[in-house]
Amino acid sequence: MTPFASVLGPRGWAAFLGIGLVLLVGVPILNLLPASSPFHIPNYLVPLLGKYACYAILALAMDLVWGYAGILSLGHGAFFALGGYCMGMYLMRQIGTRGVYGHPVLPDFMVFLNWKELPWYWHGFDWFIFAAFMALAVPALLAFVFGWFAFRSRVTGVYLSIITQALTFALLLAFFRNDMGFGGNNGLTDFKDILGFEMQAPATRRGLYVASILALGLSFLACRVIVTSRLGKVLLAVRDAESRVRFLGYSVTNAKLFAFTVSAILAGLAGALYVPQVGIINPSEFSPANSIEIAIWVAVGGRGTLVGAILGAGLVNWFKTWLTGAAPEIWLFFLGALFILVTLAMPAGVIGLAKQLRRKRPPAAAGAPAE
Amino acid sequence: MPIRLLKLLAIVALLLLPLTAGAQELKDLIAGLGEPDPKTAIEALATNDDPKAKAALQALAAGTLFRRLSDSAVIIGEKDGEMVVVTNAASGEIEDMAKPEELELIEADAAVKALLESAGATAEKADDTPLDFAGAVKALNADSFAQKGKAIERLSALADGRAIRVLEALAEGRLFIRRSDGATVIGDRSGNDVRLTLATTLEAAGIVAPSAVEPVVINNNLRNSIRELVGRLGLLSPDSAQRRRAADALIGAANSQSAGLLREAHGKEREPSIKAVMGLALAAADLVEGDKAQRLAAVEILKGFTDLRVRSLLQNRSAAESDPEVRAAITTAFNAVQHKLMLIGWAANIFQGISLGSVLLLAAIGLAITFGVMGVINMAHGEMIMLGAYSAFVVQEVFRAFLPPALIDLYLIVAIPVGFLVAGAFGIALERGVIRFLYGRPLETLLATWGISLILQQMVRSIFGSPNREVANPSWMTGGFDVVGGFSVTWNRLYIIIFCFAVLGVIALILQRTAFGLHMRAVTQNRDMASAMGIPTARIDALTFGLGSGIAGMAGVALSQIGNVSPNLGTFYIVDSFMVVVFGGVGNLLGTLVGAMTLGIVNKFLEPFAGAVLGKIAVLVFIILFIQKRPRGLFALRGRAAEG
Repeated sequence: MTPFASVLGPRGWAAFLGIGLVLLVGVPILNLLPASSPFHIPNYLVPLLGKYACYAILALAMDLVWGYAGILSLGHGAFFALGGYCMGMYLMRQIGTRGVYGHPVLPDFMVFLNWKELPWYWHGFDWFIFAAFMALAVPALLAFVFGWFAFRSRVTGVYLSIITQALTFALLLAFFRNDMGFGGNNGLTDFKDILGFEMQAPATRRGLYVASILALGLSFLACRVIVTSRLGKVLLAVRDAESRVRFLGYSVTNAKLFAFTVSAILAGLAGALYVPQVGIINPSEFSPANSIEIAIWVAVGGRGTLVGAILGAGLVNWFKTWLTGAAPEIWLFFLGALFILVTLAMPAGVIGLAKQLRRKRPPAAAGAPAE
Repeated sequence: MPIRLLKLLAIVALLLLPLTAGAQELKDLIAGLGEPDPKTAIEALATNDDPKAKAALQALAAGTLFRRLSDSAVIIGEKDGEMVVVTNAASGEIEDMAKPEELELIEADAAVKALLESAGATAEKADDTPLDFAGAVKALNADSFAQKGKAIERLSALADGRAIRVLEALAEGRLFIRRSDGATVIGDRSGNDVRLTLATTLEAAGIVAPSAVEPVVINNNLRNSIRELVGRLGLLSPDSAQRRRAADALIGAANSQSAGLLREAHGKEREPSIKAVMGLALAAADLVEGDKAQRLAAVEILKGFTDLRVRSLLQNRSAAESDPEVRAAITTAFNAVQHKLMLIGWAANIFQGISLGSVLLLAAIGLAITFGVMGVINMAHGEMIMLGAYSAFVVQEVFRAFLPPALIDLYLIVAIPVGFLVAGAFGIALERGVIRFLYGRPLETLLATWGISLILQQMVRSIFGSPNREVANPSWMTGGFDVVGGFSVTWNRLYIIIFCFAVLGVIALILQRTAFGLHMRAVTQNRDMASAMGIPTARIDALTFGLGSGIAGMAGVALSQIGNVSPNLGTFYIVDSFMVVVFGGVGNLLGTLVGAMTLGIVNKFLEPFAGAVLGKIAVLVFIILFIQKRPRGLFALRGRAAEG
């Protein structure tokens, strides 16, 4: 019981399992209710919630490096998109001869570009296991190599933010090119089925949703394990006083590199789950603006708290869905204001605000926070 | 009884026959041309007044009528290079490009040809009747490329000086048909609209939206023949600019006819610069057409020119030349030209690199100053550039609306300080309103300024709309001059380089020679110490931010001169400006200068090898690697204060 107790307190476990169960079982069951029932969850909402779950995983990844290790990466969208592209390549290979051109081997866009054979890096992506492995391995490798270079030479602070932004910008430009073999501007789309299940079928959607929620739960626990471990304490220390940690004899480079790589794997996982639910992956996922938006989800929720990251991702994206539908021209004003407001007025985010309010109330109401 | 009934029926049928034939769909008749026995279809089509019927018959006679294998539709095919332009014979519309192997020729045997001759005589006759200028211009909008070619020849045969303008417009894709009345017009872009000139009379015909006109389409073969014809027409013109253009057009395009004319014009020409161009065109013609002595002389002349057309001419000729002596001369000349062109290419690359570098420098100076003094990254810096560009647009519109047209060229002079003040004011407001609460938290500053950039972008989009706005160059900034053949410098680029260095000089003076500059440097080096010495750091911060943003605003005014102005103008430059600052080092004008110029020139040199996008990626990867070696940039500040 001890390893469990160190990860989450008893209340924490109760809340985690309770909310997890509601999301995992409740939503699919409510979706299965007849449409006339007042509790029915419409079909379109299931992949939307699944999408939020993917964003939440991404926010966790961001929080791990930013909230805990103090590395503001403005290139996390790149890891997300790379994971997504790996999954997209698998889905593309599943189309087989059902494409518009019906070519036995090549995806439509390659036939269109007059390619004669499959590029070497597309081989193996017809196996789900391989694609799933690559969706995690490619971001991990990129993060490891990039991080190794950056942290070893002690690139920190805004410099690191800027070069991570340059990284995702370079990838954006690269993936826009047709001869990269990833569909250029249009990206990968027109998917038919995943693991033999039809993509558009409500049952498949439910399956993907459940997988996303499970992945979110496991990612949360994994992050929890990391931040409550001794390594987690080192990471916090790195965030607060990097030089001091170094002088105490810890390897700052290794600690950061570990957090950065794990974070990239989580982002890749989120991307891989995201693509089948939205049905497209294109280079715009690499755009620097997307990556910065991830930071604001975490900031809104409260960085340095894992629950905050999940909450922030959900809140901001739910609001985005609603506002871009209701009044699209206001959304950017709102998002911009959110950036300013959160950094100026509530640096600890929604979670911090909640804690503040609780502290002001009489001590009777005070208890151990879920975190 | 039955016999009378049959007779009656026969008579009725005979009476109805022509009627049904007339009512038969044109489409079916044209499809009938592809049948094994096309005679009835030809006869029926010959009596049909529809131009499509005539076009189909002529195509059959000319051997350009095909059956498309994919859907066995009857089409008119016209060769355009390797491909065939497919016109649906039944609808008369250009449909597609096809490969020759996708089509099957509909052959006309002797009997069919005879039939066609009797039927098509009328159509051919109409084509040959002499026309006046206006009629010839109208004929340019024919259905097929072959007919257009004929119309072009007839127009030039009129030997009318006006034809040059019309033909040039046609070659450049500026000849249109006005949708409202079918008039042939020449269109020139004017902002987002098209200024029209009636092609038949060359009178101005107002300004319309691009959707109101439809271009007259031609292919490359026609374009080449137009070049030759225009050259021939313009050679003896009294207008010197027209003669120069004509001679230029004939370089490499002259045939034996135009070569004779060219020789005559070359003899008469008095203006040396035009005579040189004519000599070049003549040499180019002689190289292909002349005897051995002429060819050798031509090579001698061509050697002295640096023109891409000369190079390809020599290259083509060296393959076709049979005489070894001439071939050796051509090879030497080719190498000489190639070498010169390479040097010119380098010079042009360096100039363009400096031009790009100066744009980057303008965009990055402000960023480097604010980053240096305050240690904050201003993600809204790109939007300050954008605000400057929109200031230029507004000033231009104000000049257009309220001041006499003679003063319009001066708007840019006014726009520069306006851009500076607008962006500077926004910058100070930004610093006072947001950034000063975030000192010591650089990462949060980054996010907050990003939020501001989103708001500014959306604000501008709400006010001015999202489409691009055009800021016109003043007349003294349009055009350019040739340094040598193949390397020309445009005025706007040159002025921007000069402007950029002027700005850099002024800032260096402010930093080194004024009290404000002294304070700024003090705060950059050690904020606490400066504060302890009585320097009002808060005011310095605000003013620095205002100065940095103001410079960005001026950069925006400059950028409006080389591109369109759009709400996301800033985002195009922001990543590059960061790269300049990171590369050059923070808070250091020299570093920014070296960084910007290096990146600009490296970018331009990489482009020919790797393409613009790959070149840019290479530069980004290079900087990511570079920063490993020198995490604080090329010219890092030294000392304890720099380790913050």
